[in-house]
Amino acid sequence: MPRGIETWGAYVPWHRLRHDVIAQALGSGGGKGSRSVASFDEDSTTMGVEAARLALSAAGPFDERSSVVLSTTAPAYGDKTNATTVHAALGLAPDVAAYDALGSARSGVGALRMALAQGSRSLVVAADVRTGLPGSADERSSGDAAAAFVVSDGPDVAAELIGVGSASAEFLDRWRTPGEVASRVWEERFSEGPLLHLSDSAWSSALKSAALDDSAVGAVAVVGPNARAVAGVRKRRAWPERLVADEPGTGWTGAAHAGLALAGLLDSGSPGDVIAVQSVVDGSDVLVFRLTDALADKRPPASLSEQLAVANDSLNYMRFLSWRGLLTPEPPRRPDPDRPAAPPSWRSVDFKFGFSGSRCLRCGRVSLPPQRVCYHCGSIDETEAVAAAGTRGTVANFTVDRLAFTPSPPMIAGLVDLASGGRFQGEFADVSLDELAVGMEMELTFRRLFSAGGVHDYFWKARPLRRNR
Amino acid sequence: MSSHGIRDRVAIVGMGCTPFGERWDKSTEDLLIDAATEACDNAGIALGDIDAFWLGTAGSGSSGLTLSKPLKVAKPVSRLENYCATGSEAFRNASYAVASGAYDAVMAIGVEKLKDSGYSGLVSTRPAGDGTERSLTAPAMFSLLSEAYMTRYGVDPDEFKRVLARIAWKNHRNGAKNPRAQFRSEVPIEKILASPLVAGNLGVFDCSGVSDGSAAAIVVRSEDAPRFTDKPMYVKALSFIAGPGAGPLDSDYDYTTFPEVVACAEEAYRQAGITDPRHELAMAEVHDCFTPTELVLMEDLGFAARGTAWKEVAAGAFDLDGDLPVNPDGGLKSFGHPIGASGLRMLFECWLQLRGEAGERQITNGRTLALTHNLGGAPGECVSFVSIVGCEKA
Repeated sequence: MPRGIETWGAYVPWHRLRHDVIAQALGSGGGKGSRSVASFDEDSTTMGVEAARLALSAAGPFDERSSVVLSTTAPAYGDKTNATTVHAALGLAPDVAAYDALGSARSGVGALRMALAQGSRSLVVAADVRTGLPGSADERSSGDAAAAFVVSDGPDVAAELIGVGSASAEFLDRWRTPGEVASRVWEERFSEGPLLHLSDSAWSSALKSAALDDSAVGAVAVVGPNARAVAGVRKRRAWPERLVADEPGTGWTGAAHAGLALAGLLDSGSPGDVIAVQSVVDGSDVLVFRLTDALADKRPPASLSEQLAVANDSLNYMRFLSWRGLLTPEPPRRPDPDRPAAPPSWRSVDFKFGFSGSRCLRCGRVSLPPQRVCYHCGSIDETEAVAAAGTRGTVANFTVDRLAFTPSPPMIAGLVDLASGGRFQGEFADVSLDELAVGMEMELTFRRLFSAGGVHDYFWKARPLRRNR
Repeated sequence: MSSHGIRDRVAIVGMGCTPFGERWDKSTEDLLIDAATEACDNAGIALGDIDAFWLGTAGSGSSGLTLSKPLKVAKPVSRLENYCATGSEAFRNASYAVASGAYDAVMAIGVEKLKDSGYSGLVSTRPAGDGTERSLTAPAMFSLLSEAYMTRYGVDPDEFKRVLARIAWKNHRNGAKNPRAQFRSEVPIEKILASPLVAGNLGVFDCSGVSDGSAAAIVVRSEDAPRFTDKPMYVKALSFIAGPGAGPLDSDYDYTTFPEVVACAEEAYRQAGITDPRHELAMAEVHDCFTPTELVLMEDLGFAARGTAWKEVAAGAFDLDGDLPVNPDGGLKSFGHPIGASGLRMLFECWLQLRGEAGERQITNGRTLALTHNLGGAPGECVSFVSIVGCEKA
């Protein structure tokens, strides 16, 4: 039975930091282009949720053999599993296992490879927030994004795995001790050598296991943080230019980047195509797929290129620094928020993480958060759960709060009347003041409202609907 | 089951009210002692002859000890809290206790010491939560009224902003005539319009004053009132509603009204036998926490038809010399808003006006009834209180 990728989803945050904006602030550097930037209310977990929501929209059902794995170099929590937050936000059943694969940039492609090697339907999510010291090459050439894949067996897979190759070795190319903001890198010219050697080896193994030669590959993406090594791989393989996928334009997104590139290949592929992604990080991993006739039905509601095209490139550098905790602006003269408490968060997990409400069985009204007593007809404990996270709505009212505590003032918030029935009251995300209007179409997005006492306050926000499907 | 009211069964025979404002020099205890003492002196009653106390404070103390310790009394003291309607709630419960026959003379007293926190605006403590509770500040929640009202009635935003500014201008103008008010100067409309934005279209001058203060009332049975004063103020109606908080849930709620206030006012008018509040009331003290609140209240309290209050405000209907003077003492806007004291401060202005002791802001329309309206919470999820008092017994 063929095994491979059933569905996929890539998520790129709305904000871009232009390289010339960095240069303006620091008086040096510059150049064309930009990097993607997770908003102040996004982290690897929330972006992972967004990518996974796209991937799950066309995926089959999960069962007790299924799992969800979250991979990142920038976990929101240590010790505590971050994948359980993803699990809860997606409303997965308790018998679906949740694991993290954390720490190194290579863990993303590794998690995908391991999921492909197992049985059962599983969700692999890779997400990253990459930061460098102000003015560094890393700051400029990195980006933030997420990718998610549902892997499974059977005729429904959109991309059948036909070849795998890996090569590993111990050497210092890029490293960071836990807690440090920025990575350290050895001279690129040193690591170029081992990386090229290992890349050759991984590529050969993959092609051999696929029983193909280079000419059978229709499209390939080579990704990694070491620009010399990536360029070197492309050059040695002597692929025709047209075969090599463009960089997504986000900057290198760490653990998410191989997935992001793969999602791009899947978005633009056609049935019968052979595609390959080669990750060049601490060695190399190659995954080769043949796209199937199921591809057309499995496309995510928003493609990578659509998200790259819809961006806010007016982010200023000081705001970027404050979002990354590298600049501390004067806060409003208001008390800090309390940390969310564990027992109430646990009791309301379906609402807080899953945005599930209640529908009155007597009058049909929807309440968010769920209510035991119906506000409309007064029925008591006559409700069913209603999943509202995927619903859209329109702005009923809004305001800009310049006094409220928020990590990035001012707070924009309001009410959204949902197509599912019911109302969302809360903050708005990724919206500019001049586009706000009553009647504006919105969708829901999973965010981190603030962090207090070492606890991240995950909840939903409404954001303008910027896609057609 | 029915609500009966206690029309004319109890009366206020003495009141006290401290100056409101940034009272850096006074503690909560000082403010309580000042208001209690003034109220007792006013009624000619000794503190020791008060049978029971109702203390309203939202956060400046817990339990009856907050009052009994500074006053050195050993009497029943109930501490109440009901958001910004806390002071009114103290008065309501005190009145019922007298009407029931349980006590002869009681005191309702409210206090708040807001300025010691060092924060801007109101600060409240909440029980441990799941982090999904709304985090908008009060001005932001009340600014939702603005957006909704403009949208529903098609009012031009600049014109609307000017209407709101006129409310602030009027209340500052009234407060300028009030020696106990926090802000005692008139503020030109243009300055109000230009004030820095706080939330939505609300500027600093659209927000009530954050202040310290205390106010108190002595309540006795109406038949006993003449023993204390020749000008008692009779309680005609007391009405209170804590709403279902359905606004944030219900798409039918459009943020142009407080349904709790509408119901609360209807009940109060029924108890007092009022059919035409705009022309029967001498004055009204209403909860102008933010300028759009006062605007919407004019419609919810039946002073103006739906969708017309903005025109009535612009025409001066609620000015000191208007058809129905609203907030003649300057309101929350100018007198200040020490939460627990505000409801009693509103009654204090009724007390002065109905007794003809309001000095240069004295209203002379010959009517004998006054209304206080006090609310807490936010549009869509609030508590509302309405009282009607009068200087004549029916």
